[in-house]
Amino acid sequence: MKLFELGERTAQVHDVLVTVAELAERDDARAVLLESADDPALLRPYLNRLDLVVLRFPIFRDGRGFTQARELREYLRFSGEIRAEGHILPDQAAFLRRCGVDSVVLPKNGNGDPELWEKQLRQFPVAYQRSVLPERPVGPGLRVEEAS
Amino acid sequence: MSVPVGHYQYDRIDRDFLRARIAEFEGQVKRRLDGTLSEDEFKPLRLMNGLYLQLHAYMLRVAIPYGILDSRQLRKLGEIAQRYDRDYGHFTTRQNIQFNWIRLEDTPDILRELAEVDMHAIQTSGNCIRNVTSDEYAGAAADELVDPRVHAEVLRQWSTLHPEFTFLPRKFKIAISGSPNDRVAARFHDIGILARPGEDGAPVFRIFVGGGLGRTPVIGEELFDGVREEHLLATLEAILRVYNAHGRRDNIYKARIKILVQAIGVEAYREAVEAELGQMELDRYRLTPEAVAAIRARFAVPLLEAPDDADAVLTQQRRDDPLFERWVRSNTHVHRDPGHIIATISLKPAGGIPGDATSAQIGRLADLADAYSFGEIRITHLQNVVLGHVRKDRLRDLWLGLSEVGLAEANIGLIGDIVACPGLDYCALANARSIPIAQKLGARFADTALQAEIGALRINISGCINACGHHHAGNIGLLGVDKRGEEFFQLTVGGRAENGAALGTILGAALPEDETVDAIARLVDCYLGLRESGETFLETLTRLGHEPFREAAYEAV
Repeated sequence: MKLFELGERTAQVHDVLVTVAELAERDDARAVLLESADDPALLRPYLNRLDLVVLRFPIFRDGRGFTQARELREYLRFSGEIRAEGHILPDQAAFLRRCGVDSVVLPKNGNGDPELWEKQLRQFPVAYQRSVLPERPVGPGLRVEEAS
Repeated sequence: MSVPVGHYQYDRIDRDFLRARIAEFEGQVKRRLDGTLSEDEFKPLRLMNGLYLQLHAYMLRVAIPYGILDSRQLRKLGEIAQRYDRDYGHFTTRQNIQFNWIRLEDTPDILRELAEVDMHAIQTSGNCIRNVTSDEYAGAAADELVDPRVHAEVLRQWSTLHPEFTFLPRKFKIAISGSPNDRVAARFHDIGILARPGEDGAPVFRIFVGGGLGRTPVIGEELFDGVREEHLLATLEAILRVYNAHGRRDNIYKARIKILVQAIGVEAYREAVEAELGQMELDRYRLTPEAVAAIRARFAVPLLEAPDDADAVLTQQRRDDPLFERWVRSNTHVHRDPGHIIATISLKPAGGIPGDATSAQIGRLADLADAYSFGEIRITHLQNVVLGHVRKDRLRDLWLGLSEVGLAEANIGLIGDIVACPGLDYCALANARSIPIAQKLGARFADTALQAEIGALRINISGCINACGHHHAGNIGLLGVDKRGEEFFQLTVGGRAENGAALGTILGAALPEDETVDAIARLVDCYLGLRESGETFLETLTRLGHEPFREAAYEAV
């Protein structure tokens, strides 16, 4: 498994990764796997002990993970690592980062080339809406500088 | 370079962004060609850059945000039609333009040419927030309460490459109007927004959700009224967040927001949105007066000066020339300034293809816009073109100029002003060809005196149940169906998209193409015979019900 870091936070390796249903019985679990249909609010009782939430993308077109990441950061104030895995594209790198995702498990095909991910993070100098990141306004209007 | 009237003026930051977007797309095309990107993966990415694969070729749909262009941009579209397409473009019901005969390998060059005039094809397709549409008379109409273009531009910017909402369950269409007379079909959009002035001068918004046509036509329901400007973006984010999390992804025909709203009910949807708003850091999403003012400052305002006798000159010219008088009656609208008038240019010549314009016509329209309307052009959701600020005493000169290029058809809002999807001539989804029957109907009612006599009557034609021709919203709607390999058309009547939005209902069995044209002719004759003084087709239909029309339409079948 190759990890790629989207932002500042260093990706952690965890031996034990459990499902949301298993969390209640596994006091030692520090990492949880969220399926795209899972409600992130279910993690609320466990957030203090969680270091890592992994969002699984069943297919890159399933955008629920973006909303899950934002909920974790914005509503649940989760300050640990958020990771995306599954079918994801380098073209989504900046979207993931701006929704609060810290790292990705690089796909094992052509989409896993870290150079593509690196390039995509630097693709756009500017974004047209606020994100969960502390991005500086640039110019008049809604625009912010994409932090890379 | 002078600031364009009517739309947002790009600055260096916006242009850098567009260049980055084109570079990104070029990289994606390359990865598709070298195989690192599969066709399934490439498809949504190209769609979000406006590139479709149709029946015979690629189609590029270029965004015209809130339907407004300047003459420089329009000329560029004409050049692209000439150089990369078959010398024409097709204006769509979402105020965009499509080029139907594009080669994939030309696309990055076309996008670069578009970027030269601050245009792009971003989010004109795909499961994302689409190009935002607005009132074709925005900032000009006498009946307007709030000019919606500044907020349309706010929405365009906010929705551009939105990190959370670029992979939605399905496409998402937003329309915004600032007039009490709905000209955007607000209740047939995923989100429809009606703006009006609030107590403190800043606008407030009435928001409808879950409307749409397509396979499951639904009239949007009011979600909120009186949303304040500062909370506009927060509210939209909350609506989309609920949809992104809970909209169906297992069946593309059940994936639009309307299905979710219908499934849980508008009250439950409202509660869900309120629960989101209750948890959101509202300050982060606040649309500040400063941000709105900064965007507003990049719109130029036309200097409306007209001689005192402008109105009198027009009145005299109308009296002197009955043909001109007829065109003025059907193709103009009252401007907020008494010396000016709004002119709609019909792209529906009798027997022609609705919404098509040749590069020569496009170039001429750009010249006329420069000469008569501050270089500003608007595309309407009924596939016509508007010059928004024409001096009344110069309207006749404009009309004469239009006549020279076959663009002076006097049929706006009349039976010849037909809306049709591209149909089986272009589209892989269609069951029937929409264009030939539109042409036949146009030819049948070619006489503009007859059209004026018939009065307000809107025909919409869709080639399949995806309803791109909005047949449910037509006063008379035609839906193409396939019956054992033959093209048939099902008739609906009573639809309307404006205030008091309603869905048309089926009149009777589907008919073959030629019989459909005859049936509509009889139906119209029936209306002319039964109407009471001043009644429109819809009013007569409401008064008498379907029965007389059904009998007339099917009498000979």
